[in-house]
Amino acid sequence: MKIKLELLTFSVIVLFIAGFAYVSSSQDHEWSGADSKAEGVISNLTGGTYIPWFQSIYQPPSSEIESLLFALQAAMGSLIIGYFLGYYRALAKVKAENAAQKREGKSDA
Amino acid sequence: MHIMEGFLPHPWWEIWFLLSLPVVAFGVYRMNRMIKENRETLPLLAVAGAFVFVLSSLKLPSITGSCSHPTGTGMGSIIFGPWITSVLAVIVLVYQAVFLAHGGLTTLGANTFSMGIAGPTIAYLVYKAATRVGLHLYLAVFLAATLADWTTYLVTSFQLALAFPSTSGVLVSFEAFAAVFAITQIPLAIVEGMVTALMFKYIVQLRSDVLVRMKVVSQSTIKGLKEAMA
Repeated sequence: MKIKLELLTFSVIVLFIAGFAYVSSSQDHEWSGADSKAEGVISNLTGGTYIPWFQSIYQPPSSEIESLLFALQAAMGSLIIGYFLGYYRALAKVKAENAAQKREGKSDA
Repeated sequence: MHIMEGFLPHPWWEIWFLLSLPVVAFGVYRMNRMIKENRETLPLLAVAGAFVFVLSSLKLPSITGSCSHPTGTGMGSIIFGPWITSVLAVIVLVYQAVFLAHGGLTTLGANTFSMGIAGPTIAYLVYKAATRVGLHLYLAVFLAATLADWTTYLVTSFQLALAFPSTSGVLVSFEAFAAVFAITQIPLAIVEGMVTALMFKYIVQLRSDVLVRMKVVSQSTIKGLKEAMA
């Protein structure tokens, strides 16, 4: 591939951030979650009569604790991805070295 | 795409449970069989699951002025298919429902259906179709992951519309929910597609042998990619 995928991905992310920066500086938004905005639509459609019939069994007591749990989720995931990609990388290297050694050993004999 | 706890009235929450449960059950069966028959898939399965964990924890600000998150299910579905991916999605959704008050246990069936079944099915079909017509491998992955993400949110809008039809019908209320979810999600879906394609590239570089044995990628495609690299 002529264009590197890394560069392309990086550019898309930069564009995404630029989009956020532009909207955030030029308009006034709450940046709330789309999930909770859907709640607003529900109350519009039902005229505010809908009452959720079940409450979450646990609410993070503060937004700090909520972000801690979200960070934990991301950290666990990244840890696993990094571990296995690193493991695979080393495995490929060892295999290549062993193969090279074998070839050398044969040419000596 | 999380429908909040308690926000799906009877009979909808039961219906989505009934639809999702058999898929997840079959997914668990398939997953067990795959791991038993082929141990070398286990690390890749862990990576695919972890990928869903990371991406679905990132709440990103979109150009519409609200935040939403990617799903990360595209990659799992391309490698393992939608059945097994539905199990990965359930694990994340339960974590978020129990510890984060994000989504819910009563809406777990509906959320599993949108994120764990509908999105991954689209990813799988798009990937198969795109590779069959000969698109570049990473472009196929990009399209599959992007459309899976977007489909997930469209399905959520549809689920909410069915449960809360407006006086002039389900379609009008679908438009109202899609206005919240669909546009917000477009930039996020594109970012998710790119990141998934990149991640897939690394997996191809490191373990193309496993992907070939699982018939995810053909030997000739791998050969073509390696030649292009050299």
